[in-house]
Amino acid sequence: MALNRDFVGRSYPPSAPYEVSRVKIREFATAIGDNNPLYRDKEAARAAGYPDVIAPPTFPIVFSLQSGGEALADPGLGLNFAMVVHGEQRFEYVRPVIAGDELVSTATITDIRTAGRNELLTVRSDVTTIEGEPVCVTYNTIVERGGAA
Amino acid sequence: MTATVKYDQVEVGQELTAVDYRVRRSNLVMYAGASGDFNQIHWNERFAKMVGLPDVIAHGMYTMAQAGRFVTDWAGDPGAVVDFGVRFSSMVVVPDDDQGATITVSGVIEAKLEDKRVVVGLVARADDAQVLSKARAVVQLS
Repeated sequence: MALNRDFVGRSYPPSAPYEVSRVKIREFATAIGDNNPLYRDKEAARAAGYPDVIAPPTFPIVFSLQSGGEALADPGLGLNFAMVVHGEQRFEYVRPVIAGDELVSTATITDIRTAGRNELLTVRSDVTTIEGEPVCVTYNTIVERGGAA
Repeated sequence: MTATVKYDQVEVGQELTAVDYRVRRSNLVMYAGASGDFNQIHWNERFAKMVGLPDVIAHGMYTMAQAGRFVTDWAGDPGAVVDFGVRFSSMVVVPDDDQGATITVSGVIEAKLEDKRVVVGLVARADDAQVLSKARAVVQLS
């Protein structure tokens, strides 16, 4: 079933704050096999000019989809989760995520389009600190296989 | 907060040496826990085959993370990456053996921008299939 185009442009309320911990960054870095000391060693991070350890570039995927998840679960959108695969992902960084950050994500459905037999939907998430400092913007495009058939 | 690579030392067309990244089932289990993506196609062979996949496949974001590691190891500072995007063009099938799969990432300097920034074009392959396309990072050099 085609996705409901009326959802393009809809924004969703900011997520609850996500508190970035050194432990979670280390766990994520270990999972991707990355031994960079800036992800693990506070002193190394400070020597590089950061206030604390920083997170790998793809780390925002851990929290940035929380707000968008609500959008995708809306029955009015018509999305069949069983057929969803990840199509594209992009991050624009103002600065890296740093341990101690308390981050909120605000999701907007920016695009719904058809590609062949599939439906593509893009959610933009604006990630800021709870004080409102911009940190990054993420673009998550999912593919609903067969959705346009 | 400074890349170790100097803007004046790179040229358009310059190739970055390819690196192999091994991915085994255990990596996917760890990544599921670390990322919160517990989709069964990434760890349950029985389920993966039931939904028509050849076997367990890696998380797309796991592959993107390897491309990210390639860029940050080259740049010398993960904070130097200002933009990073990919399209997931093919899946990485991860067999249940000690070898797993190998993701080979390579790169080329596609453009030099203002303010000492460069565009790095990335290619990721597994089993001769291109698993990322339109993969690019913009990096702030020194």
